Amino acid sequence: MKKMVSLALMMALCLALIPAHAAQEVVNVYNWYDYMDEEVFEIFEQETGIHVNKMYFTTNEDMMLQVEVSPGAYDLVFPSDYCVERMISKNMLAEINFDNVPNFVHIQDSLKNPDYDPENKYSVPFMWGTVGILYNTKLVDEPVESWGILWDEKYADSIFMMDSMRDTLGVALKYLGYSMNSRDLIELKAATDKLIAQKPIVKAYYVDETKDKMVAGEAALALIYSGDALYAMEKNEDLDYAVPMEGSNVWIDPMVIPATAKNKENAEKLIDFLCRPEIAQKNCEYIWYSSPNADAIELMGEDYTENKTINPDPDVIQRCEFFHDIPDDKLTLYNNFWGQVKNAK
Amino acid sequence: MTDFQVPSWGYWVMGVGFIVFIALLVAYIHKNRGFKRPFFASPYVLWLIVFTVLPCLLVCYFSFTDPAGNFTLDNFKNFWDSNYNARKAIDPAELDTYLSMGLTLNDLGLARNSINIDTLVFSLWMAFLCTVICLLLGYPAAHIMADRDFKLGPTLVILFIVPMWMNFLLRTIAMMSLLEDNGLINTILEWVGIGRQKLLNNTAAVQVGMIYNFLPFMVFPIYNVLNKMDYKLSEAAMDLGCDKWHTFYKVTLPLSVPGIVSGITMVFMPAVTTFYISRLLGGGKVQLFGDLIEAKFLSTSVTEWNVGSALSLLMMILILASLGLLRKADPKGEGGGIV
Repeated sequence: MKKMVSLALMMALCLALIPAHAAQEVVNVYNWYDYMDEEVFEIFEQETGIHVNKMYFTTNEDMMLQVEVSPGAYDLVFPSDYCVERMISKNMLAEINFDNVPNFVHIQDSLKNPDYDPENKYSVPFMWGTVGILYNTKLVDEPVESWGILWDEKYADSIFMMDSMRDTLGVALKYLGYSMNSRDLIELKAATDKLIAQKPIVKAYYVDETKDKMVAGEAALALIYSGDALYAMEKNEDLDYAVPMEGSNVWIDPMVIPATAKNKENAEKLIDFLCRPEIAQKNCEYIWYSSPNADAIELMGEDYTENKTINPDPDVIQRCEFFHDIPDDKLTLYNNFWGQVKNAK
Repeated sequence: MTDFQVPSWGYWVMGVGFIVFIALLVAYIHKNRGFKRPFFASPYVLWLIVFTVLPCLLVCYFSFTDPAGNFTLDNFKNFWDSNYNARKAIDPAELDTYLSMGLTLNDLGLARNSINIDTLVFSLWMAFLCTVICLLLGYPAAHIMADRDFKLGPTLVILFIVPMWMNFLLRTIAMMSLLEDNGLINTILEWVGIGRQKLLNNTAAVQVGMIYNFLPFMVFPIYNVLNKMDYKLSEAAMDLGCDKWHTFYKVTLPLSVPGIVSGITMVFMPAVTTFYISRLLGGGKVQLFGDLIEAKFLSTSVTEWNVGSALSLLMMILILASLGLLRKADPKGEGGGIV
């Protein structure tokens, strides 16, 4: 009997703890791994008393699924640009109340009202960057100017492509002079053939492994995101990065609030906090991607502006495209053609 | 992506279900004045229903429906011809325009394509090869470890188990850095004078990774059977004039069949459904059936879940059939396997 009483008391204690915990203000953040200087959250907690619950995802697809199946679990999410388009069309996002985000003024005008959110109602840019070629100057003598170098037999078995449908098909499309967002059957088929022809000289299709393998000198050329390129270049000074003249993909990782968010105002507070120039600078210097925050860039000075990988010339940006969401029927075609590339012998 | 979420009332149902469960439990204890034996099986039954039966039913449901939930056999037709859904998705008017321009389905990359079947056959071949090599490597190893005169046997057993304390992904990633062009093995090869070899990003690397990962699953069932075997039997055979080879062939081998069957099952099943090892060691260039299914489920396209379910269902049927065949070889399940 004594045991039962103590057990009951224990359970009562547990119950008592739950509301005590729930009473604290929280914001549930769903982000990529290692995509935020964690110190920033500590400062935010000290300033506002709002506790930040951190959760992580590794792919956009995984993230969208989680946001759908667990409504209310996430207050602030960091999807890729084309996913924002899809989430808006599926009514998954809440309109941000920009009265609560005064620091939005610091965002570069060129990145406001982006294609994926034309009226800029649902998203605030967090980081941005390009897709390009990371190359080892010891193995590549010529200047890297065209995507064509990825098809050059000279570099057989020394090329890493991306194991990512949109990026790799996009590069082939761009090389052929088409749009990265092509929905045209003939163009997609041409890009597929191009990639199948390239497959014998490709060393491997990687995503996360590319940067470390390039640092280790495992290949001469690699298709890569600018952020990963900077990471690799810091560890191996023989590496360099270029965005080919045919143009490439420019991407933004925005912050959005799911429609089901339970702590929308706290999420807005956090967005505002992350747009503060000093904080944006701190994050940018940690992640080393391109910052959308004009005043943060001013704070960083020449370290940032002189770095062509992180701060590409305007004419490079001019040649680049955003990814658009591909509607379902065309996505079936994309999947199908990508499957043909991956399964080609 | 298919919408499948727990509706808000689902939590109420769960809550009420829990209360009903407690009430039933109390009533049960009251009625029986304690627990009876079948009662203790209930957690397992519940576990099996939630994590085995329900998922299987879901796979069946998805494989016979389209994203809207209507009955269809398209997913299986798509297995036979991997371009089937793509041809259906394209606007017929657009397709007609191209066809009237003199282009064929083949020019458009939409003719019948046997990717799925080819990949399945390739996966089965790889799994078969892996099982055979594991058996050839594993049987002698198990035999040596179970040998009563071999003092180092127990140490060998430990050495086989130790790597399994580590997650197989970590071990595979470690293999990746061993096999790469500037990796340890190639450095040694160059130093010895053989020169660098291409060890990574090909089918052989995937096969080596599979064998490395699954070998213990072959060794231990055989070791268990051999270890438990009455050594007096082989002594008797020797007494009666059998030489060493005949003792092994006539006595030990037949008695170890249950272990072999169990080992084959334990290796073949994970080998045929492998998917991550091939990506890491094959550099994304070697696709197994598991990779194909994974890609379907990670896609954002609505039809892909259904197609992936059909592929999984076919795979399950295939495995069940092969288990049925193996069961014939070890009807009593002496190998302690799952057959």
